[in-house]
Amino acid sequence: MKRFLTRRRGRYRMDWMDWLSWGYLVVGLLLMLGPVLWLVLSSFKTETALAEYPPRLLPLSAVTATVEGHDAPLPLFDITGGEHAGRQLAEIRRIGLEAQMVDPAAPGETISISIDDRTPAREFKLATENYTSLFSRFNFMLYFWNSVFITVVATILTVLVNSMAAFALSKYRFRGRTTVFLLIIATLMIPPTINLVPIFIVVSELGLVNSPWAVIWPAIATPTGVFLLRQYMLSIPDDLLDAARMDHASEWRVYWKIVMPLSAPALAVLVIFSMMWRWNDFLWPLIVLNRSDEFTLQLALNSFQGELQTSWSNLLAMTVLTLLPITIVFAFLQKYITTGIAQTGVK
Amino acid sequence: MSGIVRRAAASLYAFTFNLFERPMLAAQRAVGMRRVAWLFLLPNLVAFALFTFLPIGLNFVYALTGSDAILLADRPFVGTANFASLLDCASYLDPNSCRRDIFWRAVHNTGWFVLLQVGFMVALALVTALILNRDIPLRGFFRGVFFYPVLLSPVVVALIWKWVLQRYGVLNAGLEEIGAEPVNWLVRADWAFFWVVFVSIWAHMGFYVLILLAGLQAIPAHVYEAAEMDGTSKWRVFSRITMPLLMPTMVVVLVLSLIRAVQAFDEIYVLTGGGPGSATMLVLQYIYETGFASQPRLFGLAAAASILMAVVLFVLTLGQLWLTRSRAEGDSR
Repeated sequence: MKRFLTRRRGRYRMDWMDWLSWGYLVVGLLLMLGPVLWLVLSSFKTETALAEYPPRLLPLSAVTATVEGHDAPLPLFDITGGEHAGRQLAEIRRIGLEAQMVDPAAPGETISISIDDRTPAREFKLATENYTSLFSRFNFMLYFWNSVFITVVATILTVLVNSMAAFALSKYRFRGRTTVFLLIIATLMIPPTINLVPIFIVVSELGLVNSPWAVIWPAIATPTGVFLLRQYMLSIPDDLLDAARMDHASEWRVYWKIVMPLSAPALAVLVIFSMMWRWNDFLWPLIVLNRSDEFTLQLALNSFQGELQTSWSNLLAMTVLTLLPITIVFAFLQKYITTGIAQTGVK
Repeated sequence: MSGIVRRAAASLYAFTFNLFERPMLAAQRAVGMRRVAWLFLLPNLVAFALFTFLPIGLNFVYALTGSDAILLADRPFVGTANFASLLDCASYLDPNSCRRDIFWRAVHNTGWFVLLQVGFMVALALVTALILNRDIPLRGFFRGVFFYPVLLSPVVVALIWKWVLQRYGVLNAGLEEIGAEPVNWLVRADWAFFWVVFVSIWAHMGFYVLILLAGLQAIPAHVYEAAEMDGTSKWRVFSRITMPLLMPTMVVVLVLSLIRAVQAFDEIYVLTGGGPGSATMLVLQYIYETGFASQPRLFGLAAAASILMAVVLFVLTLGQLWLTRSRAEGDSR
């Protein structure tokens, strides 16, 4: 292992720069992933385990046992000292520094134990009810579906509308081509955040407020998408298109059956970006979706954390479920995503 | 499973083709081959017109009219009153002397935020990119680790850190373990601001690391080989080769991160809600609260504030164009 970690191309010695780099990377690893892992671990703890301070790393919860003659389950303790050391007893009640305890196997006899001689018994238990109650009590599926609907529909429309425009701008020569292209590129300088009020006015005049289309329509035409696809389509040789036209293919067929399949790598980048943008969207949905049954997952999480400050157990589980899809996509498509971003400089 | 997905995608693809083929053919015959490009541009141009170009104009119209009415007909013309009220200040350095004191507090906060967030983030991103550019095992893995938070939604980012930073959270437990005093991180104004900057760096740094890494890898290897042959010291290689050749990428990173920082909102809003008080309220949150979250909805004031923000962004973008342009000229000389 050490050999593997310290090996370098050509030579086998690590110098101080390598040690420093490794130190930096390890600290970085802890800082970047630590909080996320802590969230995931915490999401499996019961509400009582979450309230514990200082918190434990793993989801360990107190063990209880039902003992004959007692209605409520009694907490179990490991006895660490005194004449009963090594046994596991259930506590009936505590009186001062003494605890009255009972052996679950022999419920007749009550034993007095000093409270210094015992520690609570714990077991490793995943509180999966944090997750299951999201579905039964919190309408999780509705928010999830709202998010999926917006993400999928907006992405399909984004790809369609922007690739059509990119096709026109890269494969036809017509008057005004440069003007239109520059006009679209110029909108890169106008982020939607500075047009919040007027876009809201337009959306509400169209009667879209509190419908998923209020999020979808304003998002489908993106200068980034047009630019990305146009640059890629420019590299497709025009001869291919002319050959198809010789065979009396309609322009739509040329676009759909020749240019689109050949642009697949660029389309994939746009699909990934668009899905990321829409899934993570926050400010705009916050403005146009006010009814809770139209909430996306992000909005539901936000309102949830505002309302139920105390119910961390469900909130944590919901957060984990929200970051799960993106994490899975990233795990499989890491290379596409990182090279796509490095090449285009968009996020 | 993947077979089903692929077949579903293929049939959706074919379906869309069939759906549009006849209408598009008819439209193509109607407009003629010479104008067929406009047919393909149409959906995009309509969307741009409705949701980008029309709003730019409307922004000014709303900024110049008053009242909380949403319909244009009900809004009286007030001239530059909205701008005047935003800019009405005895001293711009003291938000308390301004009529819109919250706006100016937000402007001050945004100024500090941009300065600290961009400064530290670009520096850290550079260090990280330089390290990841070295010949180190597990490089791809570490690149993924630093990039991962970029993909998380702002709400998730904020909740992850809220859980760590809460009064009885793991950070305070760790501090007490080593004998330090616990702190109510998001309740104390100075600490809240620190964490807002920190979390924002945490969430966005990976993106810039990736761009800088691409810039580093574009530097041809033979330049380094030549330097090694001449026995050039590591520091000289860095300051005379790496940094000058990385400069164009650094400019892009700097301007992109400046533009983003000026518009920061999401994770900060969820993490602190702009609080305590208005200690972490930034300009975009002011616009959101003025125009949408509080009654009465002051659309005019919000529009005016966003036009002021647009001016700043415009200057930054022009700065980028000017910087990259003068660099390109410098190279050709």
